[in-house]
Amino acid sequence: MNALLFNSTMVIYAAATAFYLAFLVKPQEMAGRVGRWLLRTGFLVHCGFTLNRYLEAGHTPITNLHESLSFFSLATVGIFIVFEARYKSTIMGSFVTPLALLILATSAAFSSVIPPLNPALKSKWLAVHTIMAFLGYAAFALSFGVSIMYLIQSHFLKKRKLGPMFQKLPPLDMLDDISYRCLTIGFPLLTFAIISGAIWAETAWGTYWSWDPKETWSLITWFIYAALLHGRMTTGWRGRKAAMLSIFGFAIMLFTFLGVNLLLPGLHSYK
Amino acid sequence: MNIIVVGLSHKTAAVEIREKVAFAPTQMEKPLNAVVALPDITEAVIVSTCNRVEIYATTRDVAGGMARLKRFLADYHGLSLEMLEKHLYSYHGEDATRHVFRVASSLDSMVVGEPQILGQIKTSYGYAAEYKSSGIILNRFLHKAFSVAKRVRTETKIASSAVSVAFAAVELAKKIFGELSDKTVLLIGAGEMCELAAKHFINTGVSGVMVTNRTFERAEKLAQEFDAKAIKFEDLFDQLPKADIILSSTGAPHFIIKEKDVTEVLKRRRMKPMFFIDIAVPRDIDPKVNDVENAFLYTVDDLNGVVATNLEQRKIEAAKAEAIVDQEIGQFFKWLSSLEVTPTIVALRTRFDEIRKAELAKTLSGWKDLPPGAEKRLEALTNAYMNKLLHHPTSLLKRTDQGNRNDLYVDALRNLFDLETGAPQENMVDLED
Repeated sequence: MNALLFNSTMVIYAAATAFYLAFLVKPQEMAGRVGRWLLRTGFLVHCGFTLNRYLEAGHTPITNLHESLSFFSLATVGIFIVFEARYKSTIMGSFVTPLALLILATSAAFSSVIPPLNPALKSKWLAVHTIMAFLGYAAFALSFGVSIMYLIQSHFLKKRKLGPMFQKLPPLDMLDDISYRCLTIGFPLLTFAIISGAIWAETAWGTYWSWDPKETWSLITWFIYAALLHGRMTTGWRGRKAAMLSIFGFAIMLFTFLGVNLLLPGLHSYK
Repeated sequence: MNIIVVGLSHKTAAVEIREKVAFAPTQMEKPLNAVVALPDITEAVIVSTCNRVEIYATTRDVAGGMARLKRFLADYHGLSLEMLEKHLYSYHGEDATRHVFRVASSLDSMVVGEPQILGQIKTSYGYAAEYKSSGIILNRFLHKAFSVAKRVRTETKIASSAVSVAFAAVELAKKIFGELSDKTVLLIGAGEMCELAAKHFINTGVSGVMVTNRTFERAEKLAQEFDAKAIKFEDLFDQLPKADIILSSTGAPHFIIKEKDVTEVLKRRRMKPMFFIDIAVPRDIDPKVNDVENAFLYTVDDLNGVVATNLEQRKIEAAKAEAIVDQEIGQFFKWLSSLEVTPTIVALRTRFDEIRKAELAKTLSGWKDLPPGAEKRLEALTNAYMNKLLHHPTSLLKRTDQGNRNDLYVDALRNLFDLETGAPQENMVDLED
């Protein structure tokens, strides 16, 4: 059942991505609509997979790389669906769905066997800490996708390449605005994830902060996004500069998530 | 008499070249006088817009006339002819007529169908009429061009949709800002295209318009028209941070907004994007402004790209317009050749009459015992003789249905009888339509 739901999600996401990409390069409104409905269907199946996994495991299914990557993908698609409806911009999907698909495909590379729960994770904090962290990551992922769109559109405008793709991409200010909104959602979530993590660490390991690589890198990520938000609010960092910093922040965030788990041994290295 | 056209346009020369060859609209007397003073050039009109600089002239010597006009364009602006030559086109006869009719009908415009060009040619013609550099042929020629343009506008849909440089600017602004309802437009300088663009922005719905001009009264006048706020030119950089969209079209010979100004202004407006539209030729805004973060600069040339997609639809309408132009060319040439014929006949008669009178006087002066009434009868005899002799050639020339043969006859007569038929100067100016 698990494998069936997971594989179905993967196939539907792949199809949605194909349609969204076709919408980007071909002058067909239809492709965008098909992509949109495929993605929503895929999201429901993905939710079904996650729920099923929760019921089978008996705890929040975000305990290893397979599960957390899958949840990261689910959260990204979920947040994207909300923003797509809110801003009526289908074209965003051409940049976000490939990312969600890639994350899910990476998840398939790791064992999907439900392992016995690590005793340290047996806590109510597991759900709060991980869900907040991954919703935050998802918001940053969307900001990343939109920032790439911003850089492309800004390039078109600066170089006066006003072709069909330029016509399809949304106005610069709108992209800048979406990216900013994503950050204002992602940053508090990341902050709470870190705080809840610290409280949980105190109850589980007896200390709020132990400079474990995950903690250190989370803090670095937090500082990058904090600097970006601060710059935006006070000195008016925006446009290309903000987009590039958001992309950089996302890269560091990915390292915090994957690099630390895979490369740096520590308390958070769940595989 | 031949009509020749020498010039360059957005199709043959970039703005960097065009701005070097442009004539200031307020100082047209000097170049117009200089052109008609050229050997073998009898009439001239100079059209100078941001997209084209063209001289229309009449001459007997097509090749020589074209060469002189090219040389004039280079010399007048202190450019080398070798450099300029490759950007210049030249037409004569039917091609010249077709070219000017197409230009006036906006078929040769950067944005096909944009309505400004007709007004610009009318203004240019107004200067030529004022300084008496245009005569009977160019007067008729341009009036014909205006009526062709009018026919094209009313009989095709070429100008019905809002596609123009102005419209293109609004579309681009939407691609930068999304909603324009909370944006402010600043107009620097005045000018038809600039004002038109401002009107487009107002129709789209912007929150405010500011106007500035070197002469504050003009700014106030324009501000009243647009329900805008007039600001002093000295305060430009104080007010600039408030503007999101800047339309610049001054007659300044140098850049008025530079890179460092924009860097500074953007800091003051917390890096909110700015969209600069430079309609002026020579340009008002340093092209380096486009390199500043969050500043976007478009010149008239750049706006071309935006409307590229709309051109397909326009092509269909343009084909109809071309048919109208072709039809009108035929009519105009009929007139042009009749115009050639009339002075030729007049000159021929004058020549015959001079000889007749001279010979008659010679005969009468040595005739002592002339019977009464004989002088009158001799006068009548020679007159009748001359008229009979001229009757057939005159009526043949007056027929307009013989195409090119008329030109041939006129040419032959001119050579056979050594006639000079300079087109008589005549004024017929009605610019109101």
